[in-house]
Amino acid sequence: MNRPILDVKNLHIRYGGASTDAVRGVSFTLGRERLGIVGESGSGKSTVGRALLRLLPSARISADTMRFEDIDLLSLTEKQMLAVRGRRMSMILQDPKFSLNPIRKVGDQVAETYLRHFKCSRQEARDKAIAMLGAVKINDPDRVFEQYPHEISGGMGQRVMIAMMLLADPDVVIADEPTSALDVTVRLQVLNILDNLVRDRGIGLIMISHDLNLVRNFCDRVLIMYAGRVVETLAARDLDKAQHPYTRGLLAAQPRIGGARAPLAVLDRRPEWLEEVSR
Amino acid sequence: MSTRRLSMHGAAGQIGTILVTLLGLLVLTFIIGRMMPADPVRAIVGEDATRETYEQVFRSLGLDRPVWEQFIYYLGDVLTGNFGTSIRTGQPVIQDILHVMPATIELATFAILIGAGIGVPMGVIAAVNKDRWPDHVVRVLSLFGHSMPIFWTGMIALIVLYAKLGLVGGSGRMDQFYIGLVPETTGFLLIDSLLSGDLDVFWSAVNHLILPASLLGYSSSAYITRMTRSFMLDQLGQEYITTARVKGLSKHQTIWRHAFINIRVQLVTIVALAYGSLLEGAVLIETVFAWPGFGQYLTSNLIIGDMNAVMTCVLIVGVIFIALNLLSDVLYRLFDPRTR
Amino acid sequence: MSVTTASKLRVPASLNALRNIVVFLMKSPTSLFGLVVLALLILAAVFAPLIATHDPYAQDLANTLQAPGNGHFFGTDELGRDIFSRLIWGARITLTIIFLVSIVVGPIGLAVGAASGYLGGRFDTVMMRITDIFLSFPSLILSLAFVAALGPSLNNAIIAIALTSWPPIARLARAEAMTFRNADYIAAARLQGASPARIIVKSIVPMCLPSVLIRLTLNMATVILTAAGLGFLGLGAQPPLPEWGAMIATGRRYMLDSWWLVTFPGVAILCVSLAFNLLGDGLRDALDPKQMNRR
Repeated sequence: MNRPILDVKNLHIRYGGASTDAVRGVSFTLGRERLGIVGESGSGKSTVGRALLRLLPSARISADTMRFEDIDLLSLTEKQMLAVRGRRMSMILQDPKFSLNPIRKVGDQVAETYLRHFKCSRQEARDKAIAMLGAVKINDPDRVFEQYPHEISGGMGQRVMIAMMLLADPDVVIADEPTSALDVTVRLQVLNILDNLVRDRGIGLIMISHDLNLVRNFCDRVLIMYAGRVVETLAARDLDKAQHPYTRGLLAAQPRIGGARAPLAVLDRRPEWLEEVSR
Repeated sequence: MSTRRLSMHGAAGQIGTILVTLLGLLVLTFIIGRMMPADPVRAIVGEDATRETYEQVFRSLGLDRPVWEQFIYYLGDVLTGNFGTSIRTGQPVIQDILHVMPATIELATFAILIGAGIGVPMGVIAAVNKDRWPDHVVRVLSLFGHSMPIFWTGMIALIVLYAKLGLVGGSGRMDQFYIGLVPETTGFLLIDSLLSGDLDVFWSAVNHLILPASLLGYSSSAYITRMTRSFMLDQLGQEYITTARVKGLSKHQTIWRHAFINIRVQLVTIVALAYGSLLEGAVLIETVFAWPGFGQYLTSNLIIGDMNAVMTCVLIVGVIFIALNLLSDVLYRLFDPRTR
Repeated sequence: MSVTTASKLRVPASLNALRNIVVFLMKSPTSLFGLVVLALLILAAVFAPLIATHDPYAQDLANTLQAPGNGHFFGTDELGRDIFSRLIWGARITLTIIFLVSIVVGPIGLAVGAASGYLGGRFDTVMMRITDIFLSFPSLILSLAFVAALGPSLNNAIIAIALTSWPPIARLARAEAMTFRNADYIAAARLQGASPARIIVKSIVPMCLPSVLIRLTLNMATVILTAAGLGFLGLGAQPPLPEWGAMIATGRRYMLDSWWLVTFPGVAILCVSLAFNLLGDGLRDALDPKQMNRR
């Protein structure tokens, strides 16, 4: 792997009015790979994702390094940041029911990404959007283009979201719980579409999730977060060899088909984990 | 002012609801009309009429009939457009009202343009800067608009802006010496003066319109601002706003291309309701500015107790309100894709 | 019985809540302004004979239309009466209007709304249709119509305002009642054999009371403006009563030369109505905002 696309060192984030940092000293790098960030609710994993895009107006962000290719994300002005968001780094949000504007046509919302970042006519943007809708395996992109969010299913909505966020061909995509709002039956389908696109285009993917199995199957490396810190970083295939007791606890709490019928292990959270620093 | 819309369960149900409300409106005006302690017969025949004349008029008014029968007559009259004659002018009431209406519509339309023109941007600015100084400034401005007795503000404005500074025209729709110069085609003075090509009259009319319209507009902007702010706050908290930002849209673009277009329909509704309630302010402001419109017609008839005219005015206001409610429902259906 | 203890327990709790609210209001400068103006209004009304420098009805034809100063703080009107003293006495009229409208509108709105919300069905439909009809008028227009029918006087103006301001209260009480009607303690009372009337009076009404009281406070700004408007149109308080709106109406003829005739009563109306609006705003912040926007 050559020089990482994203390099974050010692990231701290504190929300306005809060007494402690929500994220405390997180460091990681991202190459052209798929990185999973796993943790329970409130562990700060989504906060990290939004901080990378500088979308936390009320929060104070500080870090030793927050570099994205040749750009120092910390020193960028808001105006320069606008050219990064959507074009070079984008984010897939959780629930298409809320993350799509309910009263604008699906296609217009997708095309908007292209119009925002490229000098082109409306027709060109429309063609690009329709092609992209096709690329996320939507059968009748011309028809879907004209539909409103309430007229399409959740799985379709999330594919539209993927199309919207990949349309400008970014280098990094953050997927924040991209499938947790979907029916179990379509999750895999949506993930496969995302996975193929990311591999084909050589995009760096950060997959934020609380689902260990999903991350194990779709990521190369995994970051385990607990209470605003990274407690462990390991390759996805080595997840079973995890050292940290918290990771082991998470793994033990997974139900398994054909496993023992004994009650599942309950996560045990030790106060000393709050302070220790990952390697 | 009611922001609640008539319940909507399909067009048929809605028409039913409207008919019931209209009928209720008629019952109400009928009851108020019969509450009057003065004797309606005496008002017509005068103090020294003979007993026979009195009896005759009493019967011709249907007052010897049971109340429900009188109501049926009243209903029939209203449905056939017969609202009685005005005691003061001797003209059919409805004709009088149609004659004065354009003056009020002209005033109210300008007022709502001003009110929405100020109120909507102020509401957006307040929402975007929630709890910062622009929000506080807007809040104080709108509270003042909400709290001022408009007839008083009108007088103070007349004293200062007209009498002392001479910046605007005074009472009435135009300067005294222009009255009668322009033929009354539509009743809307601005249009009539342009039609006849008399620009002096036109500018005089604008000069006279600007102050009362601004005052009415300011008072309705208070409500529009408040509602716009709360609608915008609702939208700005939504997840699709984040989506727009992730796409690379600026704050400004996100606010206008996403949040704002999502409140357009709600805004049309409250602007429609604000337009209706301008009639309330018009009653007072027309009295202060000697504006020969609906409000002045209503108050001058109130003072002499001409109930035919008063009740017809009240009925018309009620109908206008119901119509505006209906209009906003229709707009909801037309413009919100989710209700199609 | 559970029902009676519940309603007894509520009294100290709501008093406590009231104190908390007042403390909250004192912290915000705008709400504090509202409280201060309201306090001044009440003081002026109670101690009017002590504060007023002149008899509000005493004419002094030798000293008509005197500018402020010279023993008359706010000048004199066209009959030589002291405007300051008339304003102070006028506070009594304003407070009377507020008080009478509240004690009429509160119980009616509460009773209709609570019964409607609890009973539901046809009664509810009919009552809500009736409120719909009332709500399809701007309140001033309907008050005008009632006063026209009853004849112009202060009492009739109060009746007219009361008649037109109960429907929003009823709407609010109904919405509250509907959230409580399915509560378990209501079901318990029903199972014990309590009649609907008893449940409404003992269990529903106390629960609706706080929000209705707040709503009444909020409505006072509108009531004051409507009353002043009626007075101004000559349909409310009649001369020589020192009602603020009526004072403006009579001062209107002299306004170009004697600005003080209309200015001071107007400032008084503006201050009191602003005070209620600011208080209302503060209360909205202190309590659930969504609920108070409902009508």
